Amino acid sequence: MKDLHEFLISPAETARRHGPHDRIVMSSRVRLARNLRDSSFPGWAKKPERVKILEAIRPAVESLPEMKDCFSEAMDNLGALDKQILVERHLISREHAAKSAGSGLVLNREETFSVMINEEDHLRMQALRPGLQLKQAWNAIDHFDSELEKKLDYAFDGDLGYLTACPTNLGTGIRVSAMLHLPGLVLAEQINPIIQSVNKLGLAVRGLYGEGTEALGNVFQVSNQMTLGENEPMIVERLEKVLSQIIEHEENARQTLLEKKPKTVYNHIGRAYGILANAHSISSKETMNLLSLLRLGVDITLFPGADRALVDELFLTTQPAHLQKQYSDKLTAEERDLIRADMVRERLKNVSRPVIKPSPPSTAN
Amino acid sequence: MQCSICKEKPATVHLTQIVGDKMQKLDLCEECAKAKGVNDPAGFALADLMLGLGASQEIEQAAGGTEVKCPRCGFTQADFKKSGRLGCSDCYKTFAEGLGGLLKTMHKGTRHIGKAPEALRGARDNADKLKTLQKKLAKAIEGENFEEAAQLRDEIKQLSERSGSPKNLAR
Repeated sequence: MKDLHEFLISPAETARRHGPHDRIVMSSRVRLARNLRDSSFPGWAKKPERVKILEAIRPAVESLPEMKDCFSEAMDNLGALDKQILVERHLISREHAAKSAGSGLVLNREETFSVMINEEDHLRMQALRPGLQLKQAWNAIDHFDSELEKKLDYAFDGDLGYLTACPTNLGTGIRVSAMLHLPGLVLAEQINPIIQSVNKLGLAVRGLYGEGTEALGNVFQVSNQMTLGENEPMIVERLEKVLSQIIEHEENARQTLLEKKPKTVYNHIGRAYGILANAHSISSKETMNLLSLLRLGVDITLFPGADRALVDELFLTTQPAHLQKQYSDKLTAEERDLIRADMVRERLKNVSRPVIKPSPPSTAN
Repeated sequence: MQCSICKEKPATVHLTQIVGDKMQKLDLCEECAKAKGVNDPAGFALADLMLGLGASQEIEQAAGGTEVKCPRCGFTQADFKKSGRLGCSDCYKTFAEGLGGLLKTMHKGTRHIGKAPEALRGARDNADKLKTLQKKLAKAIEGENFEEAAQLRDEIKQLSERSGSPKNLAR
């Protein structure tokens, strides 16, 4: 059995991966839902059947060339902490973290393919990419799926397409999504109308960890809702169009804020820096919300010399499971808050306070 | 107007979502709206709500009050009501009637036009081609273009011989 902690790419390295538009788009993902023809769906199958399904699917997934040197494990062999770390990295869903016997995970070396076995469906395979790379992610998972279908007998119907446990995923079984950092739209109080209009287009906007979670750190997930009646490239393209508009709105909101209310922006960022660099106890939630402002500060060059990767790394390492993993003793929430503050202070030691340029004469830019 | 969730309190929150050319409406009372996160736009999308509400009722109606049970996995509509998920791939046949309306409100269309497993792809293409040819044939006969009709009939014959029996996939 491989040790998950040794297998996973370090947060510092993860944070340094770049992709197009990663100033705003933190990551792209395309997920496909598939099921085996002659078995009950995981939520209805009894444990012996789920175990049998896992035993049939796992070797097939492991045998794909993409999965060379992969991490493959049954969920009951993973501890609660390891599962939570996988959730914090968005490699498995919160629902999958709650699974044990009869469910499994296969993760490739580069952490660009993650396959959940017996989550809501027998197979939930996803391709992950940094920045805005929906087409690349779709092509990757499409190929992966085509290889896998040679080894497994999928439940497919000529009319209804790929059959899924929940009718919301029926047809293509595809969920195309991107994680967006939108502090400008939140500060400018334009985020609600944007979310509403995105909803009207039949797309979903969710929080950091998907369904039913809040938008911590001004991070939002946008994804398609409908999976039947459109083909995959159409769905990818539609999402891409909407995303490019959201990116534009975010950039505009930042620009307008800096022109019209620079003091408000500097105040928020300055205070965020002040607290992060000096606090001695801080919760995970507050840390994420303040790191978001720090990230905005880096984007608009208030912190010369500071790298966005440092902020992104802290965004990961300050979350509860990642923090706990660095200490052998079980920590209480209060103890974690102290350690978190120590860590953030230490890492921000070399980031100097925000440099506010004197406001330029009105003709500038 | 009553709240569509608790069916007790008066509805004060009215939601409308237009997807393509379809309109979905939902009327909720203050409390249910809050409980479903309608006031928290980050976690809210109408389709998520619609699913939990309409699905089981429609299936129940389609069943005409009698308990429908999937012959393969034993899943019942009561189970669907509880979980919003189906039991196995055969359940789509078992509950086809009730699901039809539900799929219409949930998705862009009711027919899959995306990827298909390669083994079935050729057959599906043929089935599609066959359908178009048959349409053309009907038109040709209607227009009394018998020469064209004869040619189309030969093409159809050839195609269906080549693909074996496409009927099970054609629909």
